[in-house]
Amino acid sequence: MERPLTQHINFNRTSLNLKDYVSVGGYQAVHKALKSMAPQDVTKMVQEADLKGRGGAGFNTGMKWSFVPMNEAGQTKYLIANADEMEPGTFKDRMLLEGNPHQLIEGMIVSAFAIQANISYVFLRWAYKKAAWLIEHAIAEAYAAGYLGKNILGSGFNLEMHLHTGIGRYMCGEETALLNALEGKRATPRAKPPFPQVSGLFGKPTIVNNVETLSNIPHIINNGPDWFKALSLTSDPGTKLYGISGKVNKPGLWELPMGTTIRELIEEHAGGMKKGFKFRGALPGGASTDFLVEEHLDVKMDYKSVSAAGSRLGTGTMIILDDHTCPVGFVHNLEHFFAQESCGWCTPCREGLPWTEKILLSIENGEGRMEDLDLLEMHTHHLGPGNTFCALAPGAMEPLQSGLKYFREDFEKHINEKKCPWR
Amino acid sequence: MLSKEEIRSIDHQIALVPVRRAACIEALKIVQHHRGWVSDESLHAIAAHMEMSAEELDSVATFYNLIFRKPVGRNIILLCDSISCYVMGYEKIYDHLQALLHIKFGETTPDYRFTLLPNPCLGSCDHAPALMINQDTYRDLTNEKLDDILKEYK
Repeated sequence: MERPLTQHINFNRTSLNLKDYVSVGGYQAVHKALKSMAPQDVTKMVQEADLKGRGGAGFNTGMKWSFVPMNEAGQTKYLIANADEMEPGTFKDRMLLEGNPHQLIEGMIVSAFAIQANISYVFLRWAYKKAAWLIEHAIAEAYAAGYLGKNILGSGFNLEMHLHTGIGRYMCGEETALLNALEGKRATPRAKPPFPQVSGLFGKPTIVNNVETLSNIPHIINNGPDWFKALSLTSDPGTKLYGISGKVNKPGLWELPMGTTIRELIEEHAGGMKKGFKFRGALPGGASTDFLVEEHLDVKMDYKSVSAAGSRLGTGTMIILDDHTCPVGFVHNLEHFFAQESCGWCTPCREGLPWTEKILLSIENGEGRMEDLDLLEMHTHHLGPGNTFCALAPGAMEPLQSGLKYFREDFEKHINEKKCPWR
Repeated sequence: MLSKEEIRSIDHQIALVPVRRAACIEALKIVQHHRGWVSDESLHAIAAHMEMSAEELDSVATFYNLIFRKPVGRNIILLCDSISCYVMGYEKIYDHLQALLHIKFGETTPDYRFTLLPNPCLGSCDHAPALMINQDTYRDLTNEKLDDILKEYK
């Protein structure tokens, strides 16, 4: 089984430096793309590979790039790696950032070449201190070796790369809010259209891609779209970094073929549930995805199958709800997070999320009324897709609406018994 | 007043961006790095240097949770209160911290040794519960481990 993204990552030794990375075939994709391919051919190859955005949205990466205007020579354009990993329960990009920073840098160089961007940023979350040090060091190495800077490998292509570390706020992960943060503003989302591909950072064409997405690029360039498709068990190509946290024997992160089932992830890779704990449900791809339950254990973890089961693949890092954890408390914790992280830009999200959080807290504390469940249902519609400015509130409603559906008895029990049965 | 060193660092950041104000978050970070927090006086000095109004800069400063507009302790404890740490029992760690330090979230010990803050997901979910103190991340926390960890910070 091939593991292109993580094959050289070994946390028992130090992270790959430039020499290590080159010795295992690193930077070959930069040589190939810059010296023998036209930018549009790089985009076409990535589009054919059907690499879907690994940050959660799942949009075809090459297609996203194809919207960048390519007719004006010398126009400033930007390529940004979104390394602001803050989706609760998600810890996959950290592994790529700390384990193999040059793989990300190589992916960024090839991607910037495809859209002819000359300035690039790694937007890294504040908490990833080790990653910041490693990336800064790796960028300096890449400049010294001529992979960054002017006239890279004699190709005539120039690329600057900078590291920007954030100072908090989940909103920065939303790509237009991220652009505002880079411009020194409050990280509120922007209206679309215009899309960042046309008018992004400082009003210039900009592509923002997730770390895992960009780390896949060198491998697609080296091996081609057919190879990439063959890595997967299903029609969504590639491998995927899957993670599990919660009461399992071996919480962790694994690169596996796209389409690995939930059951295989939990039982084989995470070593099953801890003794004395039973599986009740899981958020398959971070805090803003709908619960899946026991009947979904054989669902394949790819974009199409998880959608068909009523949730989203999201970031592919799963959080398990066990029978010793209160589902109401679990959902309250999520809505507390979303209410706190709402940027306040649009009314339904700013007002609705704190309301939702308060209702859930009163139910958890045994002060809820049956009508509160209808109020919560109402919020799942009013804060749903199309009613808010960005995807934060609709994402927040996913675990709430599915929580009400699958764990309704537990909500009612809190109200009837006037207490949390788990406390 | 900004120090010469602060101005030098801020001007270096300004040179990297096409619009002066785009460096204002970096400027806040630089001043906080030197002074521990951003007072009203510091805010006005940065705003003048960035050619922004103090109100506009404050709207940026207060948006981001890791710019401190109140004095903080010498050591900042950021305890993850997100979902994986909830499932793995961060509340017990919080109880223990409260008992040891006699402060709640948002508070600072009277000797300014510690400030305790909740923080969203630290990306250590497979080793929950987790917290950060200053630059360091601690994972798979237990109350016993915490006792030893805190001793390292004076």
